[in-house]
Order: sequence, then structure tokens, then C-alpha cells
Amino acid sequence: MTLAARLAIPGRLDVEVDAEPGDVIALVGPNGAGKSSFVHALAGLQHAEGSALLGGRDLLALAPQEREVGVVFQDQRLFPHLSALDNVAFGPRSRGEPKHSARAAARTWLERLGVAELADRKPAQLSGGQAQRVAIARALVTDPDLLLLDEPFTGLDVGVAATLRIELGKHLADFRGITLLVTHDALDALTLATTVVVLDSGRVAQVGTPAEVAAQPLTEHVARLVGLNVLRDGDRLRAFSPAAVTVSRHAPADSARNRWHGVVRGAAPHGDAIRLQVTGERDLIADVTPAASRELALVPGQEVWLSVKETAVTTYDARADAASD
Amino acid sequence: MTGRDPLGRAPWILVVPAVLGAGVLLVPLAAMVAATDPRGLADALASEAARDALWLSVSTSTAAMLVSLVIGLPLAWLLARVDFPGSRLVRALVIVPMVLPPVVAGIALRSAFGRSGLIGEPLLDLTGFAFPYTTSGVVLAHVFVALPFLVISIEGALRSTGSGYDGAAATLGASRWTTFRRVTVPLALPGIAAAMVLAWARSLGEFGATITFNGNYPGTTQTMPTLIYVARQSDADAALALSLIMLLVSVGVLVALRDRWLVTA
Repeated sequence: MTLAARLAIPGRLDVEVDAEPGDVIALVGPNGAGKSSFVHALAGLQHAEGSALLGGRDLLALAPQEREVGVVFQDQRLFPHLSALDNVAFGPRSRGEPKHSARAAARTWLERLGVAELADRKPAQLSGGQAQRVAIARALVTDPDLLLLDEPFTGLDVGVAATLRIELGKHLADFRGITLLVTHDALDALTLATTVVVLDSGRVAQVGTPAEVAAQPLTEHVARLVGLNVLRDGDRLRAFSPAAVTVSRHAPADSARNRWHGVVRGAAPHGDAIRLQVTGERDLIADVTPAASRELALVPGQEVWLSVKETAVTTYDARADAASD
Repeated sequence: MTGRDPLGRAPWILVVPAVLGAGVLLVPLAAMVAATDPRGLADALASEAARDALWLSVSTSTAAMLVSLVIGLPLAWLLARVDFPGSRLVRALVIVPMVLPPVVAGIALRSAFGRSGLIGEPLLDLTGFAFPYTTSGVVLAHVFVALPFLVISIEGALRSTGSGYDGAAATLGASRWTTFRRVTVPLALPGIAAAMVLAWARSLGEFGATITFNGNYPGTTQTMPTLIYVARQSDADAALALSLIMLLVSVGVLVALRDRWLVTA
């Protein structure tokens, strides 16, 4: 069962996505890029033009009830008056299964997601991570052909999100349908996805494997997501890692091409290093050791010079079609 | 008072009018209680006319509340969830009976359901039944005045729960009717219950439209308010006693329901 979606919402979105069974497509892009609109249009909760062929059936011609897609919403939308078990059993029951078998199926899925002991709790009595597990069980219990995950880890504690990400990865590996994952997080895209689709202003800016997109991002947003500096140079893009950047208080003497003057705007721990946000003629990020950060007094407002060796810079074509080949 | 408010004392400029407001609401009721002769209360309760009227009031108000719910809940849902042409106009028209003087409501009902009314005449020809001067007519008048309150407050409750859950139910395969039954209504239940109490209370106090449309026949159309109005003209003490009974019934129902349903966050 393949997906061939060409959806347009006039003035907001014009996006093509194709997928094979078992694919996990990550949709990334800045706020307002149209990620959620695309997913809601596939679910039938938002009007869109075009077509979305799933195994030959056009989803857009069907009511949301008939589309057989599973949706995990950003805010979960678990029914607050029903127990976790009845939330998960809601789908099978709505599709005509008798109560006891719907509940049996629901129990099985709660077990798979590791929350069987919470079956009788109401959503208000669940933590964010537990609620998201119930929501994932609710979306998968109906055995959908298409699973839509709208920022499933947003709002969760970092540790909870990390555990859930690993588990979701296992379930997605077993899932025979197609998964579309809307995410803000590079880690989601890089660890869960088979294909990354980068949206920008309602259009596809880049399509590629996670490795391709991470190595040669075509948009500023994705470069930031994966932690790279990307500079446009005519039709070429030049990417380099923040770890390769040298920071100094005075203008460096070496080649003029790869050096920039700027002001430190922010500094935050990043792994073992301190990641600096520097604005100036270019907005760049640079990693320095905590010792260097203290020595150079790299606090917000400090003027600095950044430089990078030419050997640390990757140069590639800026056109989306060339990059996805 | 439970401890000191960390934000400081409430300012007099707000406290004084607030106390005045509470007084305007409570003093007349207290005065009425004080003026009533307790023996008169027993006499009033013993009188057949009063018991008939009380029963009629309670039963017709309950019937009107249920009828309003059956037709009002779907109307409120339609206004809250379905974008149809003219929905704003319909919403505006639904409110009109709320602001209409009850006597005018009675005359409007007569034009529609009177023996020679728009619907009343063909209805009489077809079935031999006419609403005016019957207990059904009382219920009809009550529905006419109570329905707007019920529709508007349920619509508000449906809007405040939002349509997000409806969308989630749809993606799970639930038809709109299933979603209505299993998601929309349960989530709006506190608001629906409050709307039902409001409709019941509005019916219980209905006077103008009822007497205009149905007259004042003991046992069939004489409700408590009409009985009190009639009694007031001959025996002021009896009217006081009847009024107190009505006050007690109303407060009793409110208190009984408050604990169960009206505790909304």
C-alpha cells in the first residue's frame, strides 16, 4: 500500500509526499511551514485540494471516519471522561466491534505500550508520557494503513521523550503501514525516519534520507536543527560544524574568506562544550570549551571574531533536486 | 473570611455596591418570610387548589424542561458545530423570546397555536385537538419561554469544550451521531445539566405567556404563579403563604441539584 499525496491549501500549502509501505517520513520545518496542516488534511480535519492516494483510494474523497488513518495529536486529545482502556477501545467500538473484543484489543495495545496497569485511569490522572503512550495505543489499535504523528514528543520531559522515542522506533519497525511524523526535533527525524521531508513556507524544500539531510541541509532551519552552520554562496551551499569554528577576541590573521565579525547573543551548554549564538554579518553557531569560554569572557554582548579552516567546510549544490539524487 | 488575602483588603468602592446588590436580592425574600403567618402556610398546603397548582407547576415545568432538552440540545449542537447558511440569523432569532414581554409571547403563541392560528387551525381540523386552555398548552408556553435559555447555555457549553475531541473521534471512525452520544454530550454534561435547571426554573416562574395563552383553570392550567396572582386579589395572607411555598420548592430543587450537578469547576 503506497501513499501518493499532492495536497494544496490555497495560500498556505502545496506539498507532494510519496511513501512506500514501512516508510517513516519525518516532516520537519519551522512553525507555520505547513507540517500540521498537511497531516490534518490527510486525516480529514482540514479541507485541502488535490489528491492523496493511499493504496489507490483517494483519501480526500472520503469522510474522516472512512479514511482508516491513525492520528496521534500534539495535545493527545484523549477523551477526558473515558478511562485509558475505553479511550483505546473507542476506535474498534466505533468501527462496529462488540464491547468485549474492543476492550480486549485495547488491553493488548496498552500492554505493548507498557501502560496496561493504568487501564482504569482517566487521562487527567496520567503523566504526559503515559498519556502519549495511551494516545499511540489508541491510534495503532485500529491497524491503520497510515499513521500520523503530530509532534508526539513535544511537551514531554527530555528523559521521558528519549525513552518513548526508542520504544516508538520499535513499534514503527513492526508497523506495516506508512508513518508520517511531524517533528521539531532533529533527533526524531534522524533516529526514527527513513525519509526526511523538509517543508518551508508551505512547500517542500528538501527530500532525502536522514543522513543526506543532516549532512547537506538546504534550509537555514534544518541546518540549525542538525546543528550545522550553512552559508549560501551563489548556487552553492557551504556547511561546517560549530565545533570547527575558532573564536577569538581579535581579528585573526589568516585567510579573509572564512572569518566573520559578530556579537555573542547567547551561550548554553551543549554536550561537553558551550554553544555560542553569534549574530553579525552572518548568524552562526560555534562550540567552545568551558575553559575557553571563561578565558575569553564570552558573555552575551561580547564582540568576537569567528573563523573556520577551508578544509572543514563542505560545499554542495543548493538545488533541492540535485541534493536528493 | 479564611485568613488574610495576600493582595490586601477588598476596596470599599467595590464592597459597598456588592453588599447593596446582595441586599436587593435577599431583603424582599426575607421580608416575605417574616410577613408570612406559619399557620397560614399549613392552611395553604392543605388547600386543594394550592396542591393542584403546585403539582401542575412542577409537572409542567419538568415536562417543558424535557421537551426543551429533546429539541434544544440538537439545535444548540447545530449552532455550535455546523456551519450552515443563516446560522447567525437563527442564533439571533432563538434569543428573541428571551427579551420578549411574556404577554407578547402568549399572544404570539395564540397566533400560531390558537384555535384559528396558523398551525392551530389545521391541527384542530385534523385531530380535534387544540393547545389553548389545556395542560399541554401550559407546557407549550413554558417551552417557548424556557427553550432560548436552554439553547444558549448549552451552545456555550458545547463551544467551550471545543471541537478538537470531535475531530479525534472522527479519525477513530466514529460517525457524527456516535461522536455526539459518546463524546460531545458527556463532555458538555455539566453545562447541559445547568441549562436544564435554568430551563426548569424559568418554566416554574412562567406567568404571562401561560395565562395569556391558557387562561386560569384550576386543575388544568392554573399553575402556582397564576394561583398566587388570583389569591393576591382576595386574600393577601394566602398569597404570601403560597409564595413562600414556591420559594421553598425552588430553593429546595436548586440545593438538591447543586451538589449533584452544578459543581462546575
